[in-house]
Amino acid sequence: MAKKIAVETTINGEETIFLCEPRQTLLEALRDNLGLIGSKEGCGNGNCGACNVLLDGVLVNSCLVLSPEIEGRDVVTIEGIAVDGELHPLQQKFLEHASLQCGICTPGFIVSAKALLDENPDPSEHDARLWLAGNLCRCTGYDKIVRAVLDVAEGDA
Amino acid sequence: MANTNPNGSGGRAANGQNGYKVIGTRPVRPDGVDKVTGRAVYAADVQMTGLLHGFVLRSPHAHAYIRSIDTSKAEALPGVRAIVTAADLPAAEDKIEDLGEGAINLKHLSDNVLADEKALYHGHAVAGVAAVNPHIAREAAELIEVEYELLPPVMTVDDALADDAPILLDGLRTDSMGEVGAEPTNLASFFRHQRGDLDAGFAAAEQVVDRTYRTETVHQGYIEPHAATALHSADGQITIWTSTQGSFAVRGQVCEILQIPVSRLKVVPTEIGGGFGGKINVYVEPVAVLLSQKAGHEPVKIVMSRADVLAATGPTSGSNIRVKMGADAGGKITAALAELYYEAGAYPGSPVGAAANVSLAPYALENMQVDGYDIVVNRPRSAAYRAPGGTNVAFAVESVVDELAEKMGMDPAEFRILNGAKENDRRPDGLQYARIGHIETVESIRDSEHYQSPLEGKYRGRGIASGYWNNWGGQSSATAVLNPDGTVNLNEASTDIGGTRASIAMQLAEAMDIEYEQVKARVVDTDTVSYNDVTGGSRTTYSTGLAAYNLGQQLKEEMKRRLADHWDVPAENISYEDGVFEAGSESMPFAEAAGVVQRDEPLMASSTVHPQDFGPGFSTQLVDVEIDPETGKITILRYTIAQDVGKAIHPSYVEGQMQGGVAQGIGWAINEEYIYDDEGHLLNASLLDYRMPTALDLPMIETIMVEVPHPAHPYGVRGVGEVNIVPPAGAVANAVYAATGVRMEKLPISPANLLEAMWAKEAEAAAEPVPGDD
Repeated sequence: MAKKIAVETTINGEETIFLCEPRQTLLEALRDNLGLIGSKEGCGNGNCGACNVLLDGVLVNSCLVLSPEIEGRDVVTIEGIAVDGELHPLQQKFLEHASLQCGICTPGFIVSAKALLDENPDPSEHDARLWLAGNLCRCTGYDKIVRAVLDVAEGDA
Repeated sequence: MANTNPNGSGGRAANGQNGYKVIGTRPVRPDGVDKVTGRAVYAADVQMTGLLHGFVLRSPHAHAYIRSIDTSKAEALPGVRAIVTAADLPAAEDKIEDLGEGAINLKHLSDNVLADEKALYHGHAVAGVAAVNPHIAREAAELIEVEYELLPPVMTVDDALADDAPILLDGLRTDSMGEVGAEPTNLASFFRHQRGDLDAGFAAAEQVVDRTYRTETVHQGYIEPHAATALHSADGQITIWTSTQGSFAVRGQVCEILQIPVSRLKVVPTEIGGGFGGKINVYVEPVAVLLSQKAGHEPVKIVMSRADVLAATGPTSGSNIRVKMGADAGGKITAALAELYYEAGAYPGSPVGAAANVSLAPYALENMQVDGYDIVVNRPRSAAYRAPGGTNVAFAVESVVDELAEKMGMDPAEFRILNGAKENDRRPDGLQYARIGHIETVESIRDSEHYQSPLEGKYRGRGIASGYWNNWGGQSSATAVLNPDGTVNLNEASTDIGGTRASIAMQLAEAMDIEYEQVKARVVDTDTVSYNDVTGGSRTTYSTGLAAYNLGQQLKEEMKRRLADHWDVPAENISYEDGVFEAGSESMPFAEAAGVVQRDEPLMASSTVHPQDFGPGFSTQLVDVEIDPETGKITILRYTIAQDVGKAIHPSYVEGQMQGGVAQGIGWAINEEYIYDDEGHLLNASLLDYRMPTALDLPMIETIMVEVPHPAHPYGVRGVGEVNIVPPAGAVANAVYAATGVRMEKLPISPANLLEAMWAKEAEAAAEPVPGDD
């Protein structure tokens, strides 16, 4: 069995040390080693966005990052989006707009949408669709997802 | 009648409509917060002490005898706890059972879970491994030595029906309308629906269109891969945690495969990350049970990779379809013929039967014939996919209808209205319609701002198509517990893929005249309520909703009876309105009554239903496309769907079904297909190469909810989940024709296929000596 190494990092604002095998992806470490199951594996090769997290504020597919790579860095997962027990406006608007059906892609979409609004607080519909094209949803046809994101952007303006 | 919501989701309405208080509103679903915060537990999220991880080794060949399997090297790898093959499965009987959605041959079911003598498709499961982590399980699987003897692959209808075709299943004989053939074959069954006089009908036609189409295999594409955890306990009790459309369907299949009584197996449904018909069949569940047993009764979790999901689960059938249709001078269809050849995959059971009913269902026809052929090929065993078989055949039929309307010089919407099926007309198998809303959907599209507005520009075109889906009733069980604070716990077993906890709870709340927030709906396991059919066939809000309605009526009546004792008045003197019980001068609000009536005896209700008179659904859709003539890429400029939804319980989730079905249909129309090489290897088993629509590929999808209430349901519910995927491919094909003059005869209308067709048309035009001289 592969030897484990210790990784020291910050996850959702908490300093954390965990053990992992070097071959484990960040997604696997989050889910299996740290119990943060909100990031989902839909494809395992960067095509669906269900595992998206923020790494030093940059949107990444956590299935394409090896866990030792996050040494000393800052990770935000879906579990870190709500602040002090209050839903993030994106989470609230996803609920109000019925932007989820099965919900498996929802964590990834919310993390991606947060990254979008952090970078561009006033996106057009096209901006939102282009940014979110890295997240696959098979249930909704994207209509209600895009509306929720634009609704949050308008609310912030 | 048409409830147009141009803004799509439109937020929460304060009140329902038509006298309803809860129905027609848009409350937040009960499982919503867990799903937006990442707390909801899906199949791959299950964790428990001592958990082992499984991996399934799959055949690299499309068609091969399995001559031997040597697991010794794999067993020797440190960390490996168990290995199973088909030899660990009980010998399966060659008999037919209905285990959830349609009849299944148990031998085929078992062989699909772990290949016995033959691997029948690239990706067919051959062995399972359990180890202390998923990496070791995978490494061990690679050490298993399988000796294959290769056979020629049979990949298409034409391959399978060729005179010298290799035979997939030695025991297969053609069932031709009940008559069983003598010779080995790849044609599993043939049937015919017929009425009137086809020859006379075509003889009476002024114009006839006769075309042949090809559609490719496509996958349901749910974002959550299949996953299951099984614990075979030392006392023989088995528990499976899995993502499924039907926990009882899993129980039934696993018990048949493992030949154990249902009392030994409890299936706990996790949250489900999409299904669309593809999460009814079992794949890894029985393997996980066997591994758990062999590994000393430790729990085993198997999570499929995306590549394995594409290679070995789903998909739905590719097909060859011929449609011939004629119309008289007045534009009435005089005769219609459809021949449907559907690829079932490795075992019989394509959706050709359902497809036959979809085929000509939107039209009132005196003379018609539909022939269906179910054919085995070396592809994964096909599974249901949203209105199974419907999209293929509607693409063909709606293309022919469009061409016929054009030849008659008629508006395509008016042509559909003139020929449209109504109450008392019959679908292809003879079933007579009750009140249906087909024509209303066509009229809604015809009268829409979209249809009435001009579409201008080169390489732009507009297309319309209609579609039918049967819907289903099925069996449902649910219980309701009245809490003394006036809330109700609703326990139901229909797994919630798209907001059905909400739509079922809303019906209970409406029936009891209480607030939606007073009902706590949850999905329970197979030990907790009685049998419940799958979340499929657009049946859940209809049928499980009916059970919830019944629960509300029962609780209300029992509360009245107990209040009668409490107040010492006859029960018939007690009225209940606006959440208040009254009798003479006595009155009591619901929440208080809930406590009072349970002082001496608790109160709960149970309901089981099996409604037979479900109402079919129709949809008509309109699309504007733009073609890039250099690349053949199709851009969807605008899309409107009208659908008869009966009564929209939660309009946002109804719109969501309509928009989602359209999106899947557009993917089918313009991009999605399984690509195999000559040896039957699947070449595009990733979500990069099997390309489903992204947010950038679609516009907002405008919805028109046509509400023709279903007469047999207390709130008029019709199924809404499936018919929306039936028309898109036909609508897009008709729009592509309008944009380019090319009638596409195959799906997908991918850039490559479209360019080829456009070039062929140009070459044809160039070859004609005098253009326009006909």
